[in-house]
Amino acid sequence: MKDMMPDNISGEYQEHLFSYHDGTQRKALFTNIETQLPEGRLIVSRTNTDGIIIDVNQPFIEMSAYHKDELIGQPHYILRHPDMPAAAFSDLWKMVQQRNKWHGYVKNLRKDGGFYWVYATVIANIRKGDITGFTSVRRRASRAKINEAEILYQTL
Amino acid sequence: MTHNFTVSPDFNPGHISGWYIFNTWLQRTINEELHLELYNSASEQRKAIADDRVDLIYANPYDATALVRDKGFFPVARADNKTDEAIIAVNHESPILNVEQLTDGTRISSTDDPDVRMMCMIMLEPAGLNKSNTSTTQRDAYILIAKDLLKNDADVGFFLEETYNELSDMTKKQLRPIVHSQIHVIHHLLLVGPKLAHKKDDIQSSLLSMADDSKGVGVLKNLNFERWVAVEQEEAEFMIDLMDTLAE
Ligand SMILES: Cc1cc2nc3c(=O)[nH]c(=O)nc-3n(C[C@H](O)[C@H](O)[C@H](O)COP(=O)(O)O)c2cc1C
Repeated sequence: MKDMMPDNISGEYQEHLFSYHDGTQRKALFTNIETQLPEGRLIVSRTNTDGIIIDVNQPFIEMSAYHKDELIGQPHYILRHPDMPAAAFSDLWKMVQQRNKWHGYVKNLRKDGGFYWVYATVIANIRKGDITGFTSVRRRASRAKINEAEILYQTL
Repeated sequence: MTHNFTVSPDFNPGHISGWYIFNTWLQRTINEELHLELYNSASEQRKAIADDRVDLIYANPYDATALVRDKGFFPVARADNKTDEAIIAVNHESPILNVEQLTDGTRISSTDDPDVRMMCMIMLEPAGLNKSNTSTTQRDAYILIAKDLLKNDADVGFFLEETYNELSDMTKKQLRPIVHSQIHVIHHLLLVGPKLAHKKDDIQSSLLSMADDSKGVGVLKNLNFERWVAVEQEEAEFMIDLMDTLAE
């Protein structure tokens, strides 16, 4: 995946070099500017079995600040934020591969370097007994829960 | 053999005659006897489903989930340009301007329509509210929820957006929505049960061409539908997965 570009970033930023599970690396740029998911809106995406994005809805596009064609076909880690512990995602993958529902608070990185918090749920799409992909739905989280998650994630 | 048709009880009572007209039209078109049975509450309807007394249903998204996954119903069609959205409203004089101003002990007035309840409880989460720190009065009709708000017997009311919009102007003037969902991908579905499955393609093609004949247009009008559009298995499965992520 291409490094994030300073031209796309609004505000003062820091750098972080990610090494993803598939062996690739990416330089991420991030600011401390938060965007709030408006009340009543749900962010929806679907991936194939490898976590490659195959579909997103309009709120996903708006909150991530990417264009739709920059998202489709990309690994879902395009949204990974440096403050998110790897343990959260290994738990996610373990749960959904065992066909269980995963819930968690997630801080995501926007194309402009900003971030947004959501309460996310991920489930396996099971068709005729096989897992054909995954669906995730995110909603607005309460500030109190976000504060708890922030503290917890610093310790992981 | 007569087959039973029903409609999830969350629609506006004003559309009851529309469903009877639709039932008559569909019987003639597919040449199959259909009996329309409307239930007063979601729980009565669920009992009928459990007892296999339903063969054709215009189901809310929540019930559609169980019908497709557990009862072997097949998706056929949905109304075009209609999605299921929910509204949380307050008395227009309430000091509450947004969800996050709500506090523990909030009094909710709601029907037992499961999808509206689910969507609205999700919309209360940003205030840290859930079943354990709120109280709920259950009503049989949306107009009674409006009354609870007008009399200050409840702090917030849960509505299906379409039903809220169809409240009288007088009533709406005394209420104020504080949040409405924008989910876009959740719909009521017309589903055919196993005993009527042999008519599935017939029903689907009749519905799809309904907007092309003048009788059909009149029937649609009584339901406040523009037209039906086909729903294939995968579209329904996608919606069901989505409902699953939202269920507790
Ligand atoms: C349906 C689905 C949705 C996901 N959504 C996100 C997301 O919003 N943000 C995120 O950082 N990771 C998300 N992930 C997890 C990523 O696939 C990935 O595991 C994570 O970003 C960590 O990257 P890494 O495993 O390559 O280190 C999602 C996974 C699935 C299956």
